[in-house]
Amino acid sequence: MESALLIHRLHFAFTATFHYLFPQLTMGLALLIVVLKTIGLRRNDPVYHEAARFWGRIFGINFALGVVTGIPMEFQFGTNWSHFSRFAGGVIGQTLAMEGMFAFFLESSLLGLFLFGEKRLSPKAHWLSAFAVFVGSWLSGYFIIATDAFMQHPVGYYKAADGSLQLASFWDFVLNPWAGWQFAHNMCGAAITGAFVMTSVGAFYLLSGKWTTHARVFVKAGVIAGFVFSILQIFPTGDRQGKMVTELQPATLAAMEGLFHGQPGAPLVIVGQPNEQQGKIDNPIEVPKMLSMLTYRRWSAHVRGLDSFPRQDWPGNIPLLYYSYHIMVGLGTFFVAIMVVAMFLLWRGRLYSARWMLWILMLAAPFPYIANTAGWMTAELGRQPWLVYGLMRTEDGYSRTVSAGNGMFTLLGFMGIYTVLGILFLFLSWREIEHGPLAGNESMSNLHPATEAR
Amino acid sequence: MASLWFWIIAAMITTYVVLDGFDLGAGAIYLIAAKTNGERRRVLRAIGPVWDGNEVWLLAAGGTLYFAFPQLYASSFSGFYLPLMIVLWLLILRGIGIEFRAHIENRIWQTFFDVVFSISSILLSVFFGAALGNVVRGVPLDSSGYFFEPLWTDFKLGPHTGILDWYTVLTGMLALVTLTAHGSYYVALKTDEDLGRRARGFALLCWPAQFFLTFSTLVATYFIRPEIMANYAKHKIGILVPIVVIASLAVMLWANPKGKEKLAFVASSLYITAMLAGAAFALYPVVLPARDHQYDLTIYNTAAGAHGLRVGLAWWTFAAVLVVGYFVFVYRMFRGKVQVEEGHY
Repeated sequence: MESALLIHRLHFAFTATFHYLFPQLTMGLALLIVVLKTIGLRRNDPVYHEAARFWGRIFGINFALGVVTGIPMEFQFGTNWSHFSRFAGGVIGQTLAMEGMFAFFLESSLLGLFLFGEKRLSPKAHWLSAFAVFVGSWLSGYFIIATDAFMQHPVGYYKAADGSLQLASFWDFVLNPWAGWQFAHNMCGAAITGAFVMTSVGAFYLLSGKWTTHARVFVKAGVIAGFVFSILQIFPTGDRQGKMVTELQPATLAAMEGLFHGQPGAPLVIVGQPNEQQGKIDNPIEVPKMLSMLTYRRWSAHVRGLDSFPRQDWPGNIPLLYYSYHIMVGLGTFFVAIMVVAMFLLWRGRLYSARWMLWILMLAAPFPYIANTAGWMTAELGRQPWLVYGLMRTEDGYSRTVSAGNGMFTLLGFMGIYTVLGILFLFLSWREIEHGPLAGNESMSNLHPATEAR
Repeated sequence: MASLWFWIIAAMITTYVVLDGFDLGAGAIYLIAAKTNGERRRVLRAIGPVWDGNEVWLLAAGGTLYFAFPQLYASSFSGFYLPLMIVLWLLILRGIGIEFRAHIENRIWQTFFDVVFSISSILLSVFFGAALGNVVRGVPLDSSGYFFEPLWTDFKLGPHTGILDWYTVLTGMLALVTLTAHGSYYVALKTDEDLGRRARGFALLCWPAQFFLTFSTLVATYFIRPEIMANYAKHKIGILVPIVVIASLAVMLWANPKGKEKLAFVASSLYITAMLAGAAFALYPVVLPARDHQYDLTIYNTAAGAHGLRVGLAWWTFAAVLVVGYFVFVYRMFRGKVQVEEGHY
């Protein structure tokens, strides 16, 4: 039984983690493409249109992978977590069904028009198709966040006679306060990924001395967006998210921060290794009293430690939770630092020639992916041992009828397929980047069958 | 209220099969009917702008099923664990087969994705048919409301059935032939010249097999589950199902050689609709029959709470109107025969 639980958790964790590598760029780029197209329309500047088209091509590859890896997510609630679905489906089925009805149809119908319909549509109609894709992808994000928010902080439900949860108030459920801040925080994270990727490609072109006109647009748009969203990521969204955890999941906060013993004037651990056996942080570098200040806005406030909670309610994997959280926060701080410097250079007009900074910007692209992944791991590991916070434990939610052996069979299958998908994605994206913002414009539109027919 | 959701979901699944069915059918004939690179690209362009939207009907139907009948979703998705996972893999392969082919102008690359696309389409058709066969035949549910079926056991209809037995293989074959014909009519409708002719030829070849399998499946169904006739005996309206099935088969046979592709395609869509509606009509109010009838899952013992279902109807109706709008718009945008000189794929 124990091993089946582990397999089902790994199954969901692996497929969800891999899947989310794609939507974060989809959602981030969708926003930036709308911005590029808007500027292109207003200034009537072909460079912005070409930039939007180039990112549209990357978007297309990325979106396809988001779609094909997303479908398994919707199935796995039933296949791997059937007891959970039976328990909570009366509530979270709402948002999952709404995602299909409102977001997927919108995206899938209009994506084709956005990617391939530029010649058939007027410029304004084409802008509208890009905007619709943006709305669809962000809406999709909200429905998923609202679903997760219910698992983090269940509201708007009642317990039916058979023990299952059913919807009591649609608006309470959909407008869960947890969902609002989590959505804002998550979308800033997606925008950061989009901004860093765009900046990175622009920096790469500038360093290579190729397509410099377009590269400047990429770097400029990316740095401005990266600057704005990295700051919003910490304040107010990250701060408010932290407050919510403090208030509603105090044991999670203690585990994230590695606070084994509750105390007034609790320190903030910057670096150190949680030692569960001895209930302390090894090799700590701390800021005294800072945790009390951040959580309660008072230097002397008492913060509850793990010792205030019964052992069986502690998150199951404290070291991994602690590291996920610290990696997320550390990288988030690092993003602000990079973007503040880049913004300063941009403002002084020196960014495009500051090769050292362009190197940093080029190499920074993978880190938002790590930060977003670590953020989700913080949220989901932090919720443990609960599947629905306070209502259902994780060990009670998986599919009893699906054995560990069958679970491992499909987990390995997904690992194999996803490895191939990951390689294909990198390969095809690299080709688009290598072909540059202009070459690709042609290769898509002038595929004349007459010249190719064998 | 639960009855209404039963029919909504049945309608969504039917829409999925009618729409994505022609994508799958086009995939099934793709390797043989479309011989040159130009022809293959025309088939892909015929389905390219719409396949993803069509596939969403499956997701939306699944999501709606989850929302309206959580217990059914929990039992059936975990019970059909292995075939669903295989369907997921095939959907992934089908999607990348269509989308990634055009990125590189290299025959080896393109042939690889051609084969991926076609084989995954064929297997998906068979699995969907077998899935429906499982639902009609009944599954080994017990008092817990759960079951688990291996992919196959001994191919007999004993107490320990697998996903595949002789009956579900039969329904799988019927689905393959039906969707191959359906896709052929669609390709014939959207293309011309040699490709259109070959697609019509394929449909012609499918017809006798479709005719024979339709009747053998119906007869087999009657013998293994005589109780499916109960609703037909009770409600006169059920007579429409066989009438539409026979009429649409006749129209297909007549219209296709005459070059009336549109009529043949409409008839094929009606055939699919009637067959699925007939199955839903026979099952109602059961949603997943057990081998042992006392454990049947019905709309009454699997539905979500009444308030949730009522609220859902409001947003579902609103969303459905939008969806119809998108589909009308997109299909109008890409109407007519495939233009050879523009578009991706």
